[in-house]
Amino acid sequence: MSTILSYEFMQNAILVGIMASIVCGVIGPFIVTRRMVFISGGLSHTAFGGLGIAYWLGIRPLIGATAFVLAAAVLIGRQEEKNMSRNDLFIGILWAVGVAIGIVFIHMTPGYAPDLMTFLFGNILTVPRADVIITLFLVLIVSGAVMIFYNGFVAVALDEEYARARRLPVAALKMGLMILTALSIVTLIQVVGILLVIALLTIPVAIASELSMNFRRIMLLSILCGILICLSGLMVSYFIEFPSGASIILIGGLLLGAVKLTEHLRGRRPAGRPEGPGGRRKET
Amino acid sequence: MENLIAIEHLTYGYEERPVLEDISLGIAPRDFILVIGPNGGGKTTLLKLILGILAPWSGTIRFHGETGGRLGYVPQSARFNRTFPISVFDMVLTGCIRADNYLKRHTREDEEKTGVILEKLALYGKRNDNITDLSGGQLQRVLIARSLVSEPLALFLDEPTTAMDATSQTDLLDLLTELQERMSIMVVTHDPTPYAQAYRHIACLNTRLYFHERGELDSATLERVYGCPVEILGHGIPHTLLATHGEEEKRP
Repeated sequence: MSTILSYEFMQNAILVGIMASIVCGVIGPFIVTRRMVFISGGLSHTAFGGLGIAYWLGIRPLIGATAFVLAAAVLIGRQEEKNMSRNDLFIGILWAVGVAIGIVFIHMTPGYAPDLMTFLFGNILTVPRADVIITLFLVLIVSGAVMIFYNGFVAVALDEEYARARRLPVAALKMGLMILTALSIVTLIQVVGILLVIALLTIPVAIASELSMNFRRIMLLSILCGILICLSGLMVSYFIEFPSGASIILIGGLLLGAVKLTEHLRGRRPAGRPEGPGGRRKET
Repeated sequence: MENLIAIEHLTYGYEERPVLEDISLGIAPRDFILVIGPNGGGKTTLLKLILGILAPWSGTIRFHGETGGRLGYVPQSARFNRTFPISVFDMVLTGCIRADNYLKRHTREDEEKTGVILEKLALYGKRNDNITDLSGGQLQRVLIARSLVSEPLALFLDEPTTAMDATSQTDLLDLLTELQERMSIMVVTHDPTPYAQAYRHIACLNTRLYFHERGELDSATLERVYGCPVEILGHGIPHTLLATHGEEEKRP
């Protein structure tokens, strides 16, 4: 084991896995409770457009993806504030257009794009040290912002109208959550890839929600579940040579299934009770 | 006595369609105003304008003293995120969050006030329960507790009896009657029956507002507001005759 840990690529992978788990735990519960999962899917796929342009310009792909996802987050946030009812239509269009831009620019780029599959499906074992440092900054920004604005974010996620009546800056808080979601997605893309980001944002939260009904505790448990899932997936990927992103998600899915089965066998969820955060009976 | 809140010539609409036109209304200290009217008549919109959730097209809302910063709001229970994982205590505690303190942690004083309000509303035993485990009546009391923890001078309730059984309605009315001793209350409802003994003034709202002192509404008045025949006996309100809906009945 000590030999494995002596490899720089493995150290990078472990660090990114832990940081990605922190991001999942900090922002995931807000995404799930505010029903922003579809938005997250849209944001992650728009990253493909940024990747394509970055390849074409010959700059670091992560920078292109970050710029594109942030721009998409601002657009969706503004659209949501203006016209709530048709937001899904706008996100769907942004989702497809983002992918199309990526395909066109990659097509226009001469030669082979070696990292493309890594960004689509993720490969935690190939994250370079420079991206580890960028990820660290993203994690500090996301975690710090959530700590500072925690009460405001909870107020908006719980009852947006009441938050407006209390004169909170609801539009700014919602936009802040959107931007933090975008930064989180950029962090997670390196671990599981564009196609699987949604799973990593939701599975740890779903497991944590089976174990607690307290929002702060769900955050903490999501981080721990994320670390367990990411590091287990990493080991499976290293030893069996499975794709790392898919291994992480499948282990997460299996763990969620096991927790749900255990809860079911213990009879803690009455029939008909909705699932997800808030869907369980109070914790005992 | 000077009104706590003075609304003058308020107009508001969605897209191009006006929902409220030229609304003028005064809310006096310890008033209890019932706002009735058909669905789509602008009842909830009026509340949102007073609370600052919406900005009017034209007209003014003036608050006496510090009233503007001390408004309590009890929304319809269906409007907030009922799947949010939060305990009764923490939910009520969010009532302490304001624009000038949302970046800070809750103070010990906030937590003590929350405990006192929960005790007063017979919810202390439920303080650790999740909000998803509450009945309609209990949830409504939690929403009221959340609005009271900020010590409001005026309390606004939107259809508060919708999800309640008869016993819970009686409890709510007892509570509102007690609260009226120290604050103004405005209730928006399509069913005024439960409030028959409690209200002081009644306002009929269907784009325009017709304000009445406590008294009887005749069927012609209600039919004019609702735009269809209305069975006034069904409302259970003690009635006195009201002549017309001229300008003289609108309250400045």
